[in-house]
Amino acid sequence: MGKYLLRRILQMIPVVLGTTLLVYALVFALPGDPVKAMFGDKPVNESVAAQIRAEYNLDKPFLVQYLLFLKNAFTLDFGNTFSGQPVIDEISRAFPVTIKLALMAFCFEAIFGCVFGVISGLKKGKWYDSVILIVSLLLISVPTFVTGFLGQYFLGVKWSILPVTAGSNPGFFDLLMPAMVLGSVSMAYIIRLARSEVSSNVSLDYVRTARAKGMSNRSVIFRHILRNSMIPVVTYLGQDLGALMGGAMITEQIFNIHGIGFLTYQSILKGEANMVVSVVTLLTLVFVVCNLLVDMLYAALDPRIRYA
Amino acid sequence: MKKKVMAIAAGVCTLGMLLSGCGGSGSTASAGNVITAFNSEPQNALIPGDTNETGGGKVGQLLFANLVRYDSKGETKMEVADSIEPNKDATQYTIKLKDGWKFTDGTPVTAESFTKSWSYTANAKNAQKCSSFFSSIKGYDKLQDADSLKGDEQLEGLKVQDDKTFTVDLNSPNSVFPIMVGYLAFAPLPESFYKDPKAFGEKPVGNGMYKLDKWDHNSQIVLTKNGDYKGEDKPKNDGVTFKIYTDTDAAYADVQAGNLDVMDTVPASATKTFESDSKVEAYNKAGSVIQTFTIPAGLKHWETSTEEGQLRRQALSMAINRENIVSKVLNGVGTPATDFIAPVIPGYSDDLKGSDNLKYNESKAKELWAKADAISKYDGKLTFSFNADGGAKPIYDAIVNSVKNTLGIDVATNPMPTFQEFRDAVSQRKIEGAFRTGWQPDYPSPENYLYQLYDSDAADGHGSNDGDYKNAEVDELLSKAASSPSADEQNKLYQQAEEILLEQLPAIPLYYSNANGVAAKGIKNFEMDWQNQPIYENLSK
Repeated sequence: MGKYLLRRILQMIPVVLGTTLLVYALVFALPGDPVKAMFGDKPVNESVAAQIRAEYNLDKPFLVQYLLFLKNAFTLDFGNTFSGQPVIDEISRAFPVTIKLALMAFCFEAIFGCVFGVISGLKKGKWYDSVILIVSLLLISVPTFVTGFLGQYFLGVKWSILPVTAGSNPGFFDLLMPAMVLGSVSMAYIIRLARSEVSSNVSLDYVRTARAKGMSNRSVIFRHILRNSMIPVVTYLGQDLGALMGGAMITEQIFNIHGIGFLTYQSILKGEANMVVSVVTLLTLVFVVCNLLVDMLYAALDPRIRYA
Repeated sequence: MKKKVMAIAAGVCTLGMLLSGCGGSGSTASAGNVITAFNSEPQNALIPGDTNETGGGKVGQLLFANLVRYDSKGETKMEVADSIEPNKDATQYTIKLKDGWKFTDGTPVTAESFTKSWSYTANAKNAQKCSSFFSSIKGYDKLQDADSLKGDEQLEGLKVQDDKTFTVDLNSPNSVFPIMVGYLAFAPLPESFYKDPKAFGEKPVGNGMYKLDKWDHNSQIVLTKNGDYKGEDKPKNDGVTFKIYTDTDAAYADVQAGNLDVMDTVPASATKTFESDSKVEAYNKAGSVIQTFTIPAGLKHWETSTEEGQLRRQALSMAINRENIVSKVLNGVGTPATDFIAPVIPGYSDDLKGSDNLKYNESKAKELWAKADAISKYDGKLTFSFNADGGAKPIYDAIVNSVKNTLGIDVATNPMPTFQEFRDAVSQRKIEGAFRTGWQPDYPSPENYLYQLYDSDAADGHGSNDGDYKNAEVDELLSKAASSPSADEQNKLYQQAEEILLEQLPAIPLYYSNANGVAAKGIKNFEMDWQNQPIYENLSK
């Protein structure tokens, strides 16, 4: 187990290095000159532009830029944004907000997704199974920004039940609607995943054997069916936590949440390689760690899985 | 084993609750007579000479008081200056300051507060984005070789006479100088700035209507009323809190719900409805931004200097149904253009000779096109390039359709993904065909439009004359206006220059973007100025 963990952690190094190089190259390849864009359509003072280029190393060849970034990153200095703010400050402001939002969305989709999915799978063909199926289909097919705007207009502006936007330093209620919107699509997937797993397990031999031995319905469901059905669900959830953090951009925009997604989008538009690479590296780490946790969870769920 | 899974799930949930609970209250309702306003995060530190975009500009204008101030109609009034006197040919100005002005740190505003600030911005070593605003002052060129400078060299054209008087020597006659100095980059700076410009940019100290209380990045900028402000128009509220938004739709929803008091723009999704929306107060009038497209002056068959080119340009212009585009595509948040400046700028006119060239006229357009074809046959294709990230696509689709239907010629759009990429192609002169141009003035004078966009001095990459239009007659009229002391005389000369432009059409004016915005119900005195900005100091609850 310890050896396995160590190997997995060592594997993270090439993954992170590879990602930074790739992302840095992509930002570098973006068309347009970020320094010229700072002047808008006003005349560009070339000697000022040259100074700004020198300050951000933009006048050096790609590989030199990248190595300088790496060198500084090792000392935890991720450089400055074009407005002179340290990148690390911006990230440390935005990241907690995104974590809050992602975890709330994660809990929302995990709890409701599993509960509805399992009920649906156990009672296949009942009327509430059909209702759950239709609702989940609807959630999958309607894009997030539609659910977002509808929720914002009706729950926020029209009926004033929940805050319209989250704003700065959002609390639980400020993020409630965004979290539900963000988690809704994944929740629908989890419902469907859990439903199909549960319903296929219900008719398997080991379940019939368990029932024939006279086990109570409760323990058949919880000890046998659920545990065997959860592996794909847990896999999905693990991947999704990372996706929720990186992919919350649309939700963040609708509800004015100053999180990582928006920060990344802005930095890409401005061509701020330092910021983009730092954020993406962070997200890569989140993904890798989440996957590791999922792999650990497999063993807890299914004793047949061993780590060597 | 079931317990374990449940425990993990429960743990994750509690963690979520904990994290989300500890954020404190989110949107705090503004207490008292404090106005909350929409803004985007300033892209630069809040240093006047380094602020060249609206996110920081809005804040800077409330924090600093310049020599002069523009009123809501674009007229220039003395502010810190007591007088600005030109010599005979407007190459030298003597500026006297009023007594009693102070920065919010208690130090007085002196002649040096201005001269040192201007020199700092002009000095290339300091890498200030507005440095080119000072290019008309003597000695500017000597401060451009960054490698040989230390950063504290002064402009030799600025001479301090005494504590309250200084003179400015210009490279050439410039009658709009007294108007220019109202632009934010010309603001005075206190001594404390030079000790630590970086810290100053985080917490600027000014002499304006408001002072900065705090700047929470990406969240809010809190300004409170400056009790020591010496200007004539005192703020009617106790403070302005700029809330940072990442998206205009979110801000609009907040105005509707009463969580935000005022915003200076309307999201595209609401342009059709905001004037009839009972939840907000709307403002929608022609503003100072003009939208045009430029055809390079030397483009074959389209030359501004040949009869054929002029005829084609006029035909093209008349083939565009501006009324239709403004009402159908822009939902009425624009006003069809009638000249090369804008209705809120002194000197505007809607009946200049040649303004008919900007009116939709199908038969005349066909006639002129045929005339041009008689001179030289043209069967090329004209493309319209623009940046697709700014919502210009539907407008250019409409233009292309309008031209196709009227003239039956081969035209097409050429959208480019980002503003950055588009501007890069424009400044490297890589675009063959027409391209989107627009102008937001920095100070309310026809000069700021005409000289910057159509004078030979601004061509070939030296300014914003992106079509490289050169016309000696226009140049002469503009330089005459620049050395003429009376405003009426200036405007007459500018209008004469505009009449030439209307005939040769180096750029084809489309429409003026309207100043539009919304305020929450119950906000008093909601009006917008010539810069398409709400007059923040007049707002009250």
